[in-house]
Amino acid sequence: MTTLAPPAVRVKESKTAKGGRGGSVLWMAAPAAVYFFAFGVIPLLGVLYLSFTTWDGIGAIKFTGLTSWKAELTDPGLPHSLWVTFEIMILSWLVQTPISILLGVFTASFKRYRALLAVLYFIPLLLSGVAISITFKALLDPNFGLGAGFGIDALKQDWLGQPRLAMATLIFVVSWQWIPFHSLIYQGAVRQIPGSLYEASQIDGAGRMRQFFSITLPQIKYTIITSSTLMVVGSLTFFDLIYVLTGGGPGDSTRALALEMYQKGFMANLMGPASCIAVILVLLGVILAQLLRRLGGRGDESMMEGV
Amino acid sequence: MTNSNFSRRNFLGLAAGAAGAAALAACGSSGPSDKGGSSGGGGGGASYWSLSGEPGQPIRQAAIDRFNKANSGTKITPTFFQNDAYKQKIKTAIGAGQAPTMIWGWGGGGLKSYVDASQVVDLTDWFGQNDAVKQKILPSSFGAATVNGKIYAMPIETVQPIVLFYNKKVFEKVGVEPPKTYGDILNLIPKFNAKGIAPFSLAGQSRWTNMMWLEFMLDRNAGSDVFNNVFAGKAGAWSDPAVLDMLTKVQDLVKGNAFIKGFSSITADSNADQALLYTGKAAMMVHGSWSYGIQKANGGDFVKSGGLGWMNFPPIEGGKGDPSNTVGNPGQYLSISSKASAAEQDVAKKFFSTTLVDDDEKAGWVKSGGVPVLTNSDSLFTGDDAQFLKDMSAIASGAKTFAQSWDQALSPTAAETLLDNIAKLFQLQVTPQQWVDAMNGVIGK
Repeated sequence: MTTLAPPAVRVKESKTAKGGRGGSVLWMAAPAAVYFFAFGVIPLLGVLYLSFTTWDGIGAIKFTGLTSWKAELTDPGLPHSLWVTFEIMILSWLVQTPISILLGVFTASFKRYRALLAVLYFIPLLLSGVAISITFKALLDPNFGLGAGFGIDALKQDWLGQPRLAMATLIFVVSWQWIPFHSLIYQGAVRQIPGSLYEASQIDGAGRMRQFFSITLPQIKYTIITSSTLMVVGSLTFFDLIYVLTGGGPGDSTRALALEMYQKGFMANLMGPASCIAVILVLLGVILAQLLRRLGGRGDESMMEGV
Repeated sequence: MTNSNFSRRNFLGLAAGAAGAAALAACGSSGPSDKGGSSGGGGGGASYWSLSGEPGQPIRQAAIDRFNKANSGTKITPTFFQNDAYKQKIKTAIGAGQAPTMIWGWGGGGLKSYVDASQVVDLTDWFGQNDAVKQKILPSSFGAATVNGKIYAMPIETVQPIVLFYNKKVFEKVGVEPPKTYGDILNLIPKFNAKGIAPFSLAGQSRWTNMMWLEFMLDRNAGSDVFNNVFAGKAGAWSDPAVLDMLTKVQDLVKGNAFIKGFSSITADSNADQALLYTGKAAMMVHGSWSYGIQKANGGDFVKSGGLGWMNFPPIEGGKGDPSNTVGNPGQYLSISSKASAAEQDVAKKFFSTTLVDDDEKAGWVKSGGVPVLTNSDSLFTGDDAQFLKDMSAIASGAKTFAQSWDQALSPTAAETLLDNIAKLFQLQVTPQQWVDAMNGVIGK
């Protein structure tokens, strides 16, 4: 913990340096740009085009103007799946963020037993979403699952068959899968906080709680935003877990936008309206990410100011 | 910690990369389950896609092995997929012009969508020239292979009526007789519930399982005309009062706990619904005849010891439907991709006219507990499965109307709306009238 180089100043210097490295490093962005165009921009334009067409996924693509958009925007399935998506987004954020921060702070300290626990915590991160869902589906089966196996009536609920319970179960499984990832981010962030801050506060007589709320939380503000952005934008595209666990059911209780899109496009062969949902998803994602970025305040400030 | 900013950034980058890799890994999860994932079909042979799993896959594989052995110059390369994964994969492949030479399917509305897009070969003339092949196949199975009066697929494999299975041991234990009418079913429901046994097993999350109930309830109530009108695209065809009556009866069953607790989260792909029947947790189940083979394979000695009973769905008192009617799959179907080369198409046609109608093929399906679409199979019905095979054959050939399953008969767009609304109906999320209105909206689409 020696002196910290002020990064903001250094960034400014390299920006203002004329000629120099600018020309020679530009090509380094080329591979990323190529990938981004090939797998990001071009499919996006394709989907935008498809949203103005009528296509069953097999035959010829017919340009039909706003027909698909009109059909999609008047479909009662759209507001319903939007609502489900936001429900999942907000609930999973509310569950994941506090637990991830606490676990991150807990595992950040350099104690051996905590390092061991940290390894255990991160195991769900190594599993594929589909494997997790299949496992949970088997465990939660009301007739052959955990409850029936151990004869525990409290576990014999119809976990995935009642609308509210299915949503809660879904949030639980999503959190179980992703909390390790976000804890990892927070662990890294907490380890970056200069120890001098804690030492100084200790001298001033601050307790554990005070240190957490006055130093740790403000210092990981940007990490909270990063992690929240990943959670929020990620929950827009939740698919595998829901698809395997509930298939959007019971009825349409857990049918989020991504699932609605899949069902429209690949089950009902309505590629036009499905592409409209895809466009809506992209727009929502961009808007939400921007909003969260705004929350972080001005972009050029540093959390290290004054250290 | 001098350059703290850099290490943090690298760290975040690593973390984000891990998330991306995890997401990518999750994407590749529904791939083919078998060797030879070639898509287009190489030269000197043909490609064939079908369903994986028992009991069908080994028989399909055996047919291809026989063909490849007999025709050393040409080779058919099979790829097998899980049921639900296959339905998506084949659509995507056909849309992208990457279809296999031979496209396995269920005929009906799905086949029509391929025909409308000119993706499959018209086999009418070929069957005309090869009448011997046509004569070896049950005539009733050609209906779902025919679009606008032309044949676009070869009926293969088995005839699969949907029947009412029941667990004889459970009936004995409770001391009741198998139902002879729908009224008997209604009387049985409280008796089983009182003993803590679910009257009916149902894999509600799969949705088409619920649909089988509607198919029989409507047919027994009102006969086959109502759905024929829907199929023909007549406006408002679902508005028949018999439909409302049928939907109300179905919701009454749900309310009366006729179906096992938690049915809406059970899937048929995992065969959990069938396990409920042979483990005695449920007394009855409406399912396709293919379930017999699954219960035989998975249920220990349940089938062998005579635990499994079956019957055609019983008549409803006062109903207009002919009690001999049945629904199900009048066959499975194999089409030839119009994108395949002439040589590949010839290989496929040779496969159709030789291996798929030979005695080994017939014997293979009989052995699996299925009634082949091939004629003159009855003499093969011997051994343990003889009674079941004879009964299924009698139901299939004795039916006044053998209707194709609704979701296969209708276009994919209408079928998806149908399945969606059926799931909501069983969940009591829609009223019968809302169901009718929603379904009228997609007639003819």
